[in-house]
Formats: sequence, C-alpha cells, structure tokens
Amino acid sequence: MAETLSSGTKVWQYRSRNKQLLSWFIWLIGTALFMYCWQRVSESTTWFFVWDAPRIAADIGSRMIPPRWSYINELWVPLWDTLNIATIGTMMAIVMAVPVAFLAARNTTPSTKFVRPIALLIIVSSRSINSLIWSLLLVSIIGPGVVAGIVAISLRSIGFVAKLLYEAIEEIDKTQVEAVTASGANSLQILIYGIVPQILPAFAGISVFRWDINIRESTVLGLVGAGGIGLQLNASLNVLAWPQVTLILILILMAVIFSEWISAKVRHAII
Amino acid sequence: MTNIPANPPDPGVSGQQTSTFPANWSPPPFIKNPLLRWGLLLGLILYLFLSIGSLDVNWHRIYVGLDRGAKFVYGFMNPNFAGRWTDISEGMIESLVMTVTSTAIGIAISIPIGFGAARNLAPLPVYLFCRGIIALSRSFQEIIVAILFVAIFGFGPLAGVLTLSFATIGFLSKLLAEDIESIDKSQAEAVQATGSAWWQWLNYGIQPQVMPRLIGLSLYRLDINFRESAVVGLVGAGGIGATLNTAFDRYEYDTAAAILILIIGIVMLSEYISGYIRAGVQ
Repeated sequence: MAETLSSGTKVWQYRSRNKQLLSWFIWLIGTALFMYCWQRVSESTTWFFVWDAPRIAADIGSRMIPPRWSYINELWVPLWDTLNIATIGTMMAIVMAVPVAFLAARNTTPSTKFVRPIALLIIVSSRSINSLIWSLLLVSIIGPGVVAGIVAISLRSIGFVAKLLYEAIEEIDKTQVEAVTASGANSLQILIYGIVPQILPAFAGISVFRWDINIRESTVLGLVGAGGIGLQLNASLNVLAWPQVTLILILILMAVIFSEWISAKVRHAII
Repeated sequence: MTNIPANPPDPGVSGQQTSTFPANWSPPPFIKNPLLRWGLLLGLILYLFLSIGSLDVNWHRIYVGLDRGAKFVYGFMNPNFAGRWTDISEGMIESLVMTVTSTAIGIAISIPIGFGAARNLAPLPVYLFCRGIIALSRSFQEIIVAILFVAIFGFGPLAGVLTLSFATIGFLSKLLAEDIESIDKSQAEAVQATGSAWWQWLNYGIQPQVMPRLIGLSLYRLDINFRESAVVGLVGAGGIGATLNTAFDRYEYDTAAAILILIIGIVMLSEYISGYIRAGVQ
C-alpha cells in the first residue's frame, strides 16, 4: 500500500513503486517463458491433425455410443482384481510407511543427522515416481499381472502415507507425552500410550484417503500390463472397440464415485 | 484424540475396588461400538482370505525376475546418463516445456472457473455449471484423458499439454473455490461499502485474500504436472515417458535409473524452490 504524488494531489496506489516494478518484471519473465515453451510445443505439433480434431472427436463420439452392455460379464473379474490391487497395495504400503514415518518425524526419530534424511529420501523417491512408472518397472522385473500392480501401488503409497503421518506425529500435543513420561513409562510405552492414540484418527483418515486414490490409480495400471480393468481398456483400445471403451469408462467412473463415497463416510465418522 | 471417559467408573478399569487402587488399565478402543469393531475385523479377514486366494501368483516368474531386480538396483547405483544423453535431454526438456505450458494454461482457465464455483460469489446456475466442469475433470485419470486426446489431436506434446491443463482445472478450481468460500467477508464488504464496481470488488476485496493460497497451489500443481508429464508420454503424448518406456522395454536399467534419478532430483529441487517462494509470499 502506498501513496504517490500525481500533479500535486496524493493518489492511492495498491503497491509501492518498487513492488509494482517487481510485479511487472515477474509477469514479463513469466510471459516470455510461457511464449518460449508454447513455441516449442507448437513446433512439434502436427497442426493439420489439430484442425481436423473436431471431426475426429465427433467421429469417435458417435462410435462410442451406445456402450456394449453385454461386455460387462467379462469385466467383473478385472474389477475384483482392481479392488484387490488397491486394497492389498494400500495395506502393504501402510505396514511399510508407519516405521518410515516414525523415523522421519523430528520428535520420534532416533537420529536427526543420519536416520531422518534416509527416511525423507525414501519418502521423496516414492512420491516422485508415479504408480504407472512403478508398474512399468515391476512388470519388467516380476512380469505382468496383479502382483506387479499391488507392489507398484504399495511402493507409490509409502511416500504419501509416511509424509502425512510424520507431519501428524510432529504436530502432536507434547503435554500428553510428558504426562505419560512422568508416570515412569519406558520409550515403548510412551509410544503406545502417549503418541499412538493422538495420531490414530489422522492415521485412519490418511489410510482411507490413500485407498480412495489407489482405486483410481489401479484402474489404469493395466495399460502397462499390471492387471486390473486397465488390461481390458488397453485391449479394447488396441482393437478400436469404442463401445467397450465407453462401458469400461462408465465402470471406472462408478468405482471412483463408490470409493470416494466410502472414504468421505469414514473420514466423516472419524472427525 | 483425547479419550476422557464421561463417567468416573471407567469400563476399562478392572480390579478390586475395595482393597487396592485399580492396577490394571487398558486404553479405550478406537472404535467404541464393539459390534462394529469386531465386524470390521472379521470382514477384513474374510476379504483378505478371498482376495489373496484369488491372486494368481507365478512364483517361478518372480524368482526369475529377482535377477532383473538386482540388475535394476545395480543400475540405480551406476546410472548411465551418457549412453542416451540426447534422448534423455530432449525428453526432459519436452517434459519441462509441457509442464510450464500446461500449468500456465490450466491456471488461466481455473481462475474464472474457481470464482464461478464459489457459492458466495456465483449465482446457482453458474455455480452448478462450474462444479460440473470440476467434477468431470477430477473423475478420470490423466492417462485416460491422454489416450483420448492422443486419439483426437494426434501424437505429440500438444495432447499432453491439453491433458495436463484439463487435469489442472479440476485440482486448482476446486481448491480455489473452497478458499474463496472461506474468505473474510468483512474485508469484501468494506470494499463494497466504498462504492466499488463489481470487478473492483473482486480485485481489491477478494483477490488479495486468496492470492497467497493461489500462488502456493499453483506451485504445487507445477510440481504435480511435471511428475504427470513423465507419465503421459507412455501413451504418446510427449515428454520423458516415451524414453523411459523404451529404456524399460530394452531392459536398459541403467538408462531408466538415470531418468528416474533426474525426475526425483527435479521434483526435490522444485519442492525446495516452491517452499522458499511460499514462505516469501505469506
């Protein structure tokens, strides 16, 4: 907030001169960067296809309806696989994430110099790599199938669960821990009676939240061969069976809505 | 959670009330209703039994694969940046370019939609329309949208840019709308009381309140878009994903490891920078 003299009278300005200049400068850099990037994207685009896009979209749209409802009988088993990938994957992730979270939280880690950076590195590595890339890796290592999907989901989820959990551990109320300590508890008892009850609601919320995300993610893992309904989606796309694609997309949408509903219910019950 | 029993006779306390002070105490259970507690546990065991039973595990294949796993770990220890450096650098630059473009386009579209999806600003029809767009964008995985966009717009980074912009809309508009809905009304009213026009009211009464959060969310989305740009390449929408896929297909784990290390490095760097900027904005 500032005032400037303009032809003798004071005029109110939103920003001071230097701040205004800085803001213009940031806008200038940002716009230039965007234009440069857009130019590069535009260079590697076949614009003929883009101008043709509305016609193609209308064509695909007309092929997609009506969905081939009879195909649904072949989808129940993949759907069950998808649910298993998400659920077992989340459980495995939780089992691995809990110790990592305790090692990463400043107030519970045995050593801030050695153990904490390693735990944080595990968290970042797991979070930076998408579950599809994890599946790509695992399909190449342990072969296509549901197991690769489960392991991929669990590896991806460790970072997410551990990060949110260690933040929850760092935010606990210290006085409760002190009270338990004052009663003469050893460190394991402090953990069980002083810390765990405080983070249990956050823990349940995080787990269900991640499970909800994992249901979404496990629907597409089949695209790289890691099992679930994505396999059918890939197969249908490869033979351009658009009515089947529509049905699979509808099913995925239902699964996503269902999991979001459950997750909202559980989180509502906790909070 | 603090579980303070409402009544002095704690059900968890057992022991003789007459002679000694109760020596045994057990913490109250997390789920209070015992029927629900045991029901959930039983259901979980039953589900695990069914689901693990339906798993089709090819142990022989996994055993053979462990060898490759060791090779990957070895490749991670000795990443090969040089071997395919031109492919890696081109893919990386394309990914970064797609990230910047899609985030900028996404933010530009999200802001009006975010304002439209805030119930305290928008009339009901606009609100429903904007919420509909957000729900549509949030329902499908990026990769599915990318497949459709590649089919429609052809191979190349444009399909990826459009996919990521579309995904950005759902994320950013939703969180922006929630932030607008929880603003401090008195500030907006004060600006209105000075006789401001509608756009002045938006610009001076509301925008400054949501700006720090908008910047923070945009930086976070930049981060997400970079990570996702590595994925959309798997279906031909440009970026590093195609290179990564090729590396895995050829079992060139050292090149794949190099790409993954670069991705992790860039994500860490951007998290560090965005933390710095966010601290400066607030």
